Parts: sequence; C-alpha cells; structure tokens
Amino acid sequence: MSKESTYIPKSGLSKWFDQRLPLQRMMHDNINAFPTPRNLNYWYTFGGILTFCLVTQIVTGIVLAMHYTADANLAFASVEHIMRNVNYGWLIRYIHAVGASMFFLAVYVHIFRGLYYGSYKAPREVLWILGVVIYLLMVITAFMGYVLPWGQMSFWGATVITNLFSVIPVVGTTITEWLWGGFAVDNATLKRFFSLHYLMPFMIFGVVILHIWSLHVTGNNNPVGVSVKEKQDTVPFAPYYTVKDAFSLVCFLILFAWFIFFNPNILGHTDNYIMADPLVTPAHIVPEWYLLPFYAILRAIPSKLGGVLVMGGAIAILFILPWLDTSKVRSATFRPLYKQFYWIFLVNCIALGYLGSQNPEGLFLVASRICTAYYFIHFLLVLPILGLVEKPKPIPESITKAVLEKIEIKNIKERRAEA
Amino acid sequence: MKRLKSKTLKKEERRLSSKNMSKLSIHKLTICVVFQILFVFFITAEVFAAGEQKRVKKHHWSFAGIFGHYDDAQLQRGFQVYREVCSSCHSMNYVYYRNLAEEGGPGFTVEEVKVIASEDMIMDGPDEYGEMFERPGKPSDIFVSPYANQNEARASNGGAYPPDFSVLAKARSTLRGFPWWFIDLFTGYQEQGVDYIYALLNGYSEPPTEFNLQSGMHYNEYYPGKQIGMGQPLYDESVEYADGTIASVEQMAEDVSAFMMWAAEPKLEMRKRMGFKVAIFLFVLAGLLYYSKKKIWARIEH
Amino acid sequence: MSDKDPKEPSRRDFIFLATGAFAAAGVVGVAWPLVHQMNPDATALALSKIEVDISQLDRGQAITVKWRGKPVFIRRRTDEEIQMASRVDVNSLPDKNARNYNLSSDSSATDENRSLDESKEWLVMVGVCTHLGCVPKGQSLGDTKGDFGGWYCPCHGSHYDTAGRIRKGPAAKNLDIPMAEFINQNVIRIG
Repeated sequence: MSKESTYIPKSGLSKWFDQRLPLQRMMHDNINAFPTPRNLNYWYTFGGILTFCLVTQIVTGIVLAMHYTADANLAFASVEHIMRNVNYGWLIRYIHAVGASMFFLAVYVHIFRGLYYGSYKAPREVLWILGVVIYLLMVITAFMGYVLPWGQMSFWGATVITNLFSVIPVVGTTITEWLWGGFAVDNATLKRFFSLHYLMPFMIFGVVILHIWSLHVTGNNNPVGVSVKEKQDTVPFAPYYTVKDAFSLVCFLILFAWFIFFNPNILGHTDNYIMADPLVTPAHIVPEWYLLPFYAILRAIPSKLGGVLVMGGAIAILFILPWLDTSKVRSATFRPLYKQFYWIFLVNCIALGYLGSQNPEGLFLVASRICTAYYFIHFLLVLPILGLVEKPKPIPESITKAVLEKIEIKNIKERRAEA
Repeated sequence: MKRLKSKTLKKEERRLSSKNMSKLSIHKLTICVVFQILFVFFITAEVFAAGEQKRVKKHHWSFAGIFGHYDDAQLQRGFQVYREVCSSCHSMNYVYYRNLAEEGGPGFTVEEVKVIASEDMIMDGPDEYGEMFERPGKPSDIFVSPYANQNEARASNGGAYPPDFSVLAKARSTLRGFPWWFIDLFTGYQEQGVDYIYALLNGYSEPPTEFNLQSGMHYNEYYPGKQIGMGQPLYDESVEYADGTIASVEQMAEDVSAFMMWAAEPKLEMRKRMGFKVAIFLFVLAGLLYYSKKKIWARIEH
Repeated sequence: MSDKDPKEPSRRDFIFLATGAFAAAGVVGVAWPLVHQMNPDATALALSKIEVDISQLDRGQAITVKWRGKPVFIRRRTDEEIQMASRVDVNSLPDKNARNYNLSSDSSATDENRSLDESKEWLVMVGVCTHLGCVPKGQSLGDTKGDFGGWYCPCHGSHYDTAGRIRKGPAAKNLDIPMAEFINQNVIRIG
C-alpha cells in the first residue's frame, strides 16, 4: 500500500542505517505494520505456508545436491547412499520428497481459495497471473526433480513428457532431441534436468517476490470481497497474522510430519525404487498425484497434438480467468449460483485426478472426456454467463460491518437455540 | 451495536427464522448425492480394474504401525535364509556387512559381522600388477554379489534378471483399490511390498488344468500374469535355523520378507521413534500457538 | 482492556515466552540434521581402518597408502637412517612432541617414540605437511629428501628428518603418526 511509512528507527545505528539502506523500514512497513483485513480466515494462511514450503524445498534441496550424483550410472545408487550412509540423509530426502507433495497440496488450497473469494478480479489480475506463473514453474521443477532419482518412473515419465514436444509440426523431432541431448532420455538429459532443477526454485523465489509485491500494492482480498475502506477494517500484520499464520503452519506441519515419519513413500510410486531400465516400460506410467488431472486431460483427447494443446490450454486458460468472469462481485459468499458451480468444478477436478490414475479405457475414457469438457465449460461458458444472469445477495458496506453482522447473527442463533 | 443493524442483518434474521431453512438442506442434499454417485462409481470401477490378480492379505509385522520396530531374532533368521537360499541368485548391492551390526538392524555384534564378512570372498583390485584378486570380506564391503554383472545374471537365469534385493520391499506393491488407497494415507499402512513378497513366496501351487503355463515358467497366483520365472525357492527345512525355530515355508517366507524390509528401510526404527517425538513437539507447539492467537485476537472481532 | 487485573498481562507474557522458546527449540532441532549431514558419512567412517601388507618391503624402501583420503608414508628404514635420527638431541628440535597418536600426548620426540616397532625399522606417518597440507617429497627413490635426508615439502620448503620430524622451514609440527599396529608380522593396521 502506498501509505506513509510508520517506521521510527529506535537506535542511533538503525537511524544511520535507515538513511543509507532502509531495509528495516521496508521490513517494518511490509511485514510488521502492513494493514491486513481483519476478517481473513484460515484459508488465507496458505500463502505463508507456501513460503515455508519453498524455503524448505530449497534448503533440503541444496543439502541433497551435496550428496547426489547426476550421472545415469550413479544417480540411483547415490540416492540410496543418501538414504543409508549420509547422516540424517534419509530424513532430508524424505522431507524433500514429501515436501513436493505438501507444496502442491498447499498451492491447490491457495488457488481454490482464490477461486472461491474471487481474488483474481480487479485490481488483482497481475497478482493472479504471477501466481499462475509460479504454479507453472512449480510443475516444471517438480517434474524435473522426479527424474533425478533415476528410477523406472523417473525415466519413463521423462520419456513420455518430453515426447510431447515431438507433436510440434516439422521441427518436433529436432526439438525433442535437443531437449534430450541424444536420441532418447539418457545421461545428458539427466544432467541438464539436474542443473535446471537446481536453477528453477530460485526463479520461483523471484516471481514470489513479485507476487508479494503486487499483493502489497493492491492489499489482501478477504472473505467478504469488499475492499478496505477505513482504518478499522484492518489490523497490522504483526502480531495478528504472524501468530495466526504460525498456528496454521504448525497444524500443516503435523500432516507434513505424519507423511515424513510414518508414511514417507505412499505419495510416490513404488516403481521408482527400481533403477531406470530403457528396455522395459512399467505396466502403468502415472505422474505424481498432483499432476494427475492434467494427465487425464492429455489422455482424454484422441489425437496426440490435440491432447497436448488441450492440456496446455487447461493451464493457459487460468491466465485469462480475470476477464472470463464477468461478475463484479468477488466473494462466492454473495453469489448463490457461482457457489454451487464452484463446488461442482472442484469435484470435477478431483474426478479428473482420479481418472488420471486409471487406464484410459472404456468407462474411464468416457468419464475423462466428460470431465475435461466440463473443465473448459466452467471457464468458457459458466463463468461469463453467470455474471450476467446471477442476482447476487446484498453486499455489506464494509469489512467491519460484515464482521459485526456475523457476530450478531451468531448471537441470534445462540439465543434461538437457548429458547 | 444496534445502529449497525443494517438491512442485510434484518433480512438474515428473517431468513433464519423462516421456511427458507429447507433451501439450505436441499443444497447440502445435492452435494451428498453427488458424492454418493462418485463413491459408487469408484467402487464399481475398482472392481472392474481389479480383474484377475489375487488380492494380497495384510500380514502382521512387528515393524508396522507408529511404534513399529524390527524383531532382531526374525531379522537374523531372515538373513540366514537370504544367505543360504536367495543369495545364490539375488544380489544386495546397497547393503554393507557393517549394516548388520548397526542400530535398528538384526543386532549382530561387530565381531560376529567380521566373521560373517570374512566367510565371503570379495573381488578386489586391481593390485599393483593390475590384476583383480579375491580376498575375504570386511565389514566395510558390500554384500558379495552372485554375478559379476546384469548380463551374467540374465545369462545364468534363462534371460530373467533376478532383481536386486536392497530396495525390493519398497519397489513392490499390492493392488489396494478404492477406498483403501485413500484410507492408507492416514493409517500409515506401508507394508504393501513386504506383504506381497510374503504372499508370493507362499503362493506357489500346481496350475489349474485349463491354465496355459509356458515352458520354464512356474505358477504363482500372486505374480502378475500368474507365471513367474523363479521356481519355488523355499521348501520345508530349506535351512536349519540356529535358534531352533522350525523352518516351515511360511516361517522362512516371513523371516526373509522382514529381512528384506529392513534392507530396504534400515532407518525405519529411527524414523518412527523420531517421528513420535516430533509429533509431540508439534502438538504442544500448536497448542501454545493456539492459545497465543486467542489472546492476541481477544479484543478484535473477526 | 483488562487493566484492572494486574495478573493478566504477566500470564499473557508467559504464554508468549513459552511459545517463542518452544519454537526456537524446534528451529535448533531442525538445524542439527542439516549441520550433521556434512560430517563424515557411514561409508567414510567404515573405511577409517585399513590393513596394509608390508611383506614385500625391503630395508630402504617406502610405500604410500591412502587412509581417510590422505597419504600415509610407510618406510622401512636403513640402519644409517635410524642412526641419523637417533643421534639428534630432542631439545634442539623445533617440535619436541612425538605427535604420535599411539602414545600419550606429552611424549617427547625421540626416535623410539616416532617409530612403530622395537627395532625402530618401521616408520608410519601421515604424509601431509603440517604447514598447509601439501604432500612432502621423499618417498620415491629419485625424490629430493631435503637437508636432513628425510622428506622435503616443495610448497614452502619444510625439511623433515629421517624420523619425520620438522627441522627447518615454516612447518611448526612433526609429521603426525596415526594409530597403527602390527596385527601379524606381515600386516600393519592403520586407524
């Protein structure tokens, strides 16, 4: 927010520093004192959780890179070396592997929260688009990371996905071989994937900074969807939201720890404990769970080129979402029709995920086609039309009024219950 | 508070006290119905997908569950089965002799491990004349491999490569099906691989008369496709247990499966023990934070 | 506001302090695995003992073996070399400590305390110059052995005598003698 800074240097040294590099001032204004709507619920804590996930992945990743060997003959053994011989290597690897899943779990909650409360609408279009860019980078990073252990699923996942580029007319094969650095996924591919897998998290980090910058220009959206109007609509970020985010993060960590310590391999695929064999393809090639919906879309389309285009379109459509939704009302709370379609869309996405894990035959193929079609119908037909035909519920005048009303309603309910 | 009572509020009051309540439940009913349809769809789909492969039963293992730990005597017996039976074809390329004496393992002493290692001849070299030579094993050596390389292993086994045992218990699974794959996420069931191995070792039988068994293959109802290259490896009394346990096929299968689980996950005990401490820490911290949060927010309606 | 109750703020402060302290303890707990992972791993520790067959070594010959990633000099000395080393007055040495891990840490740098066996024929030392970690010359026959007939470090010109003691140059300490013993007449175990 382009408000007056409220930072007052406390010591002589801080003052001296502030005149030369106002770092503390920036931290103060953007973290401690940042005015945040008072009515954010727990779904809004996932931004903080995601930052934690990114840092965790970077830290554990740097550690793993100290022990990992990016060589087709040695990669699998070096991962086992980490698991068996490196001090706490098993812990660090499991944090990294489970961490990828938890990162995606959190990002999906974050995205669907944005969809529910209309956080992509003006003036937050750029904020939303940056978010989609981060998600796209995450997908690429996760895909490359999954190749590094050089198990069967690593190898064949890499083969199938890189082969998608061969659908490009005329130059497809050339591009694919350029990506591979050979005539198949091999040592050269592994080495470049490792290099890029190390690079991309820092690119994500950069875009995250832009994402937060943009957030701090427009300010947070909130469950009511009404813009901040007066000072009492907000509270300073610290301590109100630091403590709320911290509590939410620790609850999230309990789930995280559950998987690390008590079920570390269930989110992965058992075939990845078999070393890559270019001569034998596993019976079922499936990506990690977080990419299954896109895999279902890819396979729902009978043509190879069509499948790639539609799958790309499924992500691309998110970029133009702010202009597809014609409703001026942000929060689904006040959009009775949109609310129902929102839940249908969510169920549709989960169904796509399930279908992505099954063989695309018979009933499954029909179902994936229906779900794929509905995915696009939601964005291209439902959202534009809803904005025109839907009659929104009355919208509160301000955040504070909405909050007080909510409490009043709760009181009335209690009184009724007592009576 | 009264002056804040807006139009919306009055409307809400009316809504709450009127017949409109039923509308809300219809909405919820729709969601319930959608989920029920999906549930039925999943179940039917799984039944079709399950097809012919025989379901593997869950077996009781000492290392399962939150407080799971290996049974030292069982691992020692399992090691004996591996050494006397399996190791003639199957390597263990990521396991060292020294691991046998490490914490959370079969509990051999360092001296015992030295003797065990020295009983195997390890190919080493090249020496100062450029020759490879054989020497007795040391605790720091990897388990001796039955074959020099994969090609030799294939050539000796009719083209089928006997898989390395190091991580096999994590590289195998069983078909769980809906809703089990979802429930497994939260029950911590992760013994699919070892259950499968145990079932497979006990799964040899005569093929049904109508079954078309290829030559050189063996019938096993737990193996995908039901024919497996490996002949039945265990028979009653295949080994003579040092601790006097009766070496039935089930007993040996159970012991060697447990041993393979340990080989695949040697840090399991450490992991579960640490996990319990971490969980307690996180629950306490969550409680403290919740209390702090309530205190801080006490004076702000939200 | 609960200004009326003076106990209230202190109770609140306590809960915040407890939360902060608990979280800080967690951070320390997480930091340890991240630090410890850089320590020598299980494979490195398992190889920290090696056994060397010295049956082929004649008087005046030396071999270099790798132990914990470092060269270890094993030299079977001639009578002349032993005499040269024994004649030296310990008090005239720059480093009067034996630097021998088989003995107590205050042993003096006599030739008896430097050699492995009673005949004083065998000298086993870590071949790393105590100045800045280069490997001194003197193991191969054609090497320059420095002013005192032992070893010479080419990096900064440290001279070691036939018992591996520093005599001249920037290094301050004698070459280290690792834990070593004969396990039979042909094999030395180092580590």
